[in-house]
Amino acid sequence: MEPKKPFELVVREHGPMVLRVCRAVLGAHDAEDGWSETFLSALKAYPELPPNANVQAWLVTIAHRKSIDIVRARTRQPVPVDELPVRPSGLGIPGDGHREVLDAVGQLPPKQRQAVAYHYLAGLPYKDVAGLLGGTPDAARRAGADGVKALRTILVDSSMSYVKEETP
Amino acid sequence: MTIHHDEPDVSELLAPLDSAEPGAMQRLHDRLAAAAAEQHTLDIAYRTVDSPIGKLLLAATERGMVRVAFEVEDHDAVLQLLAEKLSPRILFSASRLDPAARELDEYFAGTRHRFDLPLDFSLSRGFRLSVLEHLPQIAYGHTESYAQVALAAGSPRAVRAVGTACATNPLPVIVPCHRVVKSDGSFGNYLGGTEAKRALLALEAA
Repeated sequence: MEPKKPFELVVREHGPMVLRVCRAVLGAHDAEDGWSETFLSALKAYPELPPNANVQAWLVTIAHRKSIDIVRARTRQPVPVDELPVRPSGLGIPGDGHREVLDAVGQLPPKQRQAVAYHYLAGLPYKDVAGLLGGTPDAARRAGADGVKALRTILVDSSMSYVKEETP
Repeated sequence: MTIHHDEPDVSELLAPLDSAEPGAMQRLHDRLAAAAAEQHTLDIAYRTVDSPIGKLLLAATERGMVRVAFEVEDHDAVLQLLAEKLSPRILFSASRLDPAARELDEYFAGTRHRFDLPLDFSLSRGFRLSVLEHLPQIAYGHTESYAQVALAAGSPRAVRAVGTACATNPLPVIVPCHRVVKSDGSFGNYLGGTEAKRALLALEAA
């Protein structure tokens, strides 16, 4: 039985992964709230986590639940949900593609967005992704694959229009 | 980036998500530590300070200072032990340790002769605790022998046990085990090394 590490190490080891997942699932604006809620909740429950538990999967599960709460709270407010508000955010360096990929992920339907985030960004096997999203592992795998396919299409389209704008 | 390597083309597609603002993790970490302290779920906060006797690890619970550790003790190992003995809810957080850092600065500058910090002795029990509780009564710049401390702690014959209590003092410098020396006047051992003990006594003699 491996002794439990100080929580500081959990934050350092998994913090960046949870932030990527929150950005993909929630968008840039709500991602930091999602991250904070996730780690506050994780810290509280940490002493009770079984020592041999998969910490990464545990954190993604918490992030998934917290994201649902945040989306619900947001949709209760009278704002359009399909259109994310445009606001400055300290995301990356313009031109490094970060914003473009994030915008593209934001255009995916929720299931695909979550499947891509949990499988490709958090590294969960589709069996675990299905556990979070409901449905079968095959359905989760399809959502992930469809999400990646849609992402490619969106990114190719936007780079084409970018080229068009730039070309006189 | 934690990504399935059996699909490298997907990794490449999503790779730009890695290039987030570099300060974000620091900001989120600080926000987490502050919120956790407010919710009373930050059981142990820690930071390090530089000192003339090397880098010191400072750790505090909500009750007070619980651990001071020398570099030779290996700070990572000390934090791991705190996680096992007290609580794994441990975060780096400077603010709870600000008063301690300030008082240590003043002590090493020679302007502070006694510490005025709440102490948490949860790591000590029994006779060792009695010894530690006596030590702050040895005044700045003074020393006592192991035998004198044994007498003061109520067990005049427990001279060796006083040595053990000093050697396992979880709060060195602040709880002045460096002021306990051998009856023949030699320094005796010190967890932070004999040189550190010599430096502390020299500082206090100045």
